[in-house]
Amino acid sequence: MPKEVVYSAQIERLQILGPDGSVDESLAQGTLSDGDVKYLYEQMILCREFDEAAFKLQRSGRMGTFPQNKGQEAATLGAAKALRKGIDYIVPYYRENPAMFLHGLPMHYALLHWMGDERGNAIPANLSMSPICVAIGVQTLHAVGIAWAFKRRKEDRAVICFFGDGATSTGDFHEAMNFASILKVPVVFCCLNNQWAISTPCGHQCASETFAQKALAYGMPTIQADGNDLFAMYKVTNDAMERARAGGGPSFIEAVTYRLGDHTTADDARRYRPAAQLESALKVDPIIRTRKYLEAKNLWDATQQAAAEKKAKGIVHDVIGVAEKMPPQSSDDIFDYMYADLPPELQKQKQTLRTDSIGMDPTQVGLQPPRERDTTRGKPMNAE
Amino acid sequence: MAKLDLVAAINQALAQEMEADERVMLLGEDIGVNGGVFRVTDGLQKRFGPDRVVDSPLSESGIIGTSIGLAMAGMRPVPELQFEGFMGPAYDQIVNQAARCRSRTRGAFTCPLTIRVPVGGGIHAPELHSDSPEVVYVHTPGLKVVMPSRPYDAKGLLISAIRDPDPVIFFEPKRVYRAIKEEVPEESYTLPLGKAQVISEGSDLTMISWGAMVSVCLAALDQMPEEASVELIDLQTLSPLDVETITRSVCKTGRAVVVHEAPKTAGLGAEISSLIQEHCFLSLEAPVQRITGFDTSMPYYKLEKQYLPDEDRIMAGVRDCLAY
Ligand SMILES: Cc1ncc(C[n+]2csc(CCOP(=O)(O)OP(=O)(O)O)c2C)c(N)n1
Ligand SMILES: [Mg+2]
Repeated sequence: MPKEVVYSAQIERLQILGPDGSVDESLAQGTLSDGDVKYLYEQMILCREFDEAAFKLQRSGRMGTFPQNKGQEAATLGAAKALRKGIDYIVPYYRENPAMFLHGLPMHYALLHWMGDERGNAIPANLSMSPICVAIGVQTLHAVGIAWAFKRRKEDRAVICFFGDGATSTGDFHEAMNFASILKVPVVFCCLNNQWAISTPCGHQCASETFAQKALAYGMPTIQADGNDLFAMYKVTNDAMERARAGGGPSFIEAVTYRLGDHTTADDARRYRPAAQLESALKVDPIIRTRKYLEAKNLWDATQQAAAEKKAKGIVHDVIGVAEKMPPQSSDDIFDYMYADLPPELQKQKQTLRTDSIGMDPTQVGLQPPRERDTTRGKPMNAE
Repeated sequence: MAKLDLVAAINQALAQEMEADERVMLLGEDIGVNGGVFRVTDGLQKRFGPDRVVDSPLSESGIIGTSIGLAMAGMRPVPELQFEGFMGPAYDQIVNQAARCRSRTRGAFTCPLTIRVPVGGGIHAPELHSDSPEVVYVHTPGLKVVMPSRPYDAKGLLISAIRDPDPVIFFEPKRVYRAIKEEVPEESYTLPLGKAQVISEGSDLTMISWGAMVSVCLAALDQMPEEASVELIDLQTLSPLDVETITRSVCKTGRAVVVHEAPKTAGLGAEISSLIQEHCFLSLEAPVQRITGFDTSMPYYKLEKQYLPDEDRIMAGVRDCLAY
């Protein structure tokens, strides 16, 4: 036979919870309990409140650029729910606050990061996650390395790596997929396809019909899920994580969702996004969908809604207070974390806060301080 | 004459070069419909179409690698990298490919591309949006590196860069984008690459800087006592360096201070002070001083003010150098 099909494949798409709040009961079997959904819904409200408050902080000059998660709550939380807290590992990019919060990151850490304070990256040691990653794509390789370490040490742990649709255009992403599948490490690649990479629509980012199919070329199980569907996101992530933990290697998930906000507070999506597209996306807002589900099952009412919103406002208010009341970092912090042992030149720069050397460096042969120095900006080396 | 800021002056230069030369094309992330995250390419896609002002996929290596191919095939690509912190993925294409294109083919191939990159700190931007990596590219043989400090210069230098037969990295200091407005002629003009500019003449000390730091130096000079006569040089082109302008000035003044945002160790200030030592040894009255960023990562923005050289640090360094 001169010509035969040597490979063919299909991409499945999973939806369990429809936009109208109706659920496919058979598919929902064994996924999220009523209690889970209620809890995750409250988290969604909290994260939306956090987003709105962060936006206002930026607008009033109290915080720098901030990327809202708005619209992606179900994708992020549904996936994160499938992880075992403190055991499985989250490698985020910069839009997954809800997943990080769900796994214990104190909320003010996220604010600190965007307030221009590295302490927001000092993830407490008992949490199983890496800090916010600003450079697109790089973290996909880190995730593979972390999963590799788990495999080498035979630990019963798996990694989830989040990235956007835009990140799939980077070389690092493809290298990570290749390494992961060859090494068969326990990592789940979760592509949050929110339709946009800043102003670039995903149809411009890539010419294939789905992002999910990219994994086929790496011989990796792959699936597309309705990213605004908590149940579907939980289910596909749980399947993939279980496969990873059982030694089945990496998987790929494309979560089809929508970025309801601007790319960041530095962006104005009205410049490039058709208004009608946003309007129809607002109608399938995951928060509305989840609420419809809860209400249809008589698990939620207006009183609970008001209470949850009030509680969220209170928490976010307190969190902002904690972030803003952090004692400021001193200039020492610029230097203290560069190396385990600070080299002499850096010690000098730290003490003097200067880089010019006349009189600042008594060890410099032939250079003696010619006169009393102005010490208003830090201590010279030779002062007590 | 219209008063333009840096963004508008660069936009005008790009438009005029596209008008003048069919081969010129722009590519980069978000430069088309959105007009670039700093709006530098605003309106250009509307005017020249999506085939000449191209919204590329998210890949710096891809942007520069394909630009090299375009240039080898006779086009004049002007790629944009969104921030200097994202030059990393393109490093191999820039340093190991573009920069060597001419020499490794003994001139059979050339690589006339101009890579535009916003650079530097001081605008409260997130991580990897505030670095000053210019010396990495100055250290790379085969590249030219330009960093204007003001709108008028930017327009003339960018047009020269686009017409230059070799790869040029054109750094645009973010802090200057909207900060300075000045008269910029409407017609197209060029300024020579490789020439520094003496901004203010003086006889006691030479201050050498570039990019956003030039304005900080000027502000520091405004506060200097009258009797201190400082000559300020804006390098404009960092590679090739205008050794003559630098050394002629320092041989006259006998004292030199270099000011830059980037870390001190092996920064461009090190090369400049070495050149001064080679050319002006017998005229020197004081060791050359470097007032620079610290030898640390660029801190997040809460501490960037402490990191970046400011008027106080410049004044103190100049005073000590004069008193030596
Ligand atoms: C290597 C790199 N290049 C460019 C950027 C600038 N940038 C920040 S976010 C972004 C778009 C990312 O889109 P996507 O991966 O879809 O994630 P989303 O923001 O949509 O969640 C770009 C180009 C960056 N952060 N890193
Ligand atoms: Mg996206």
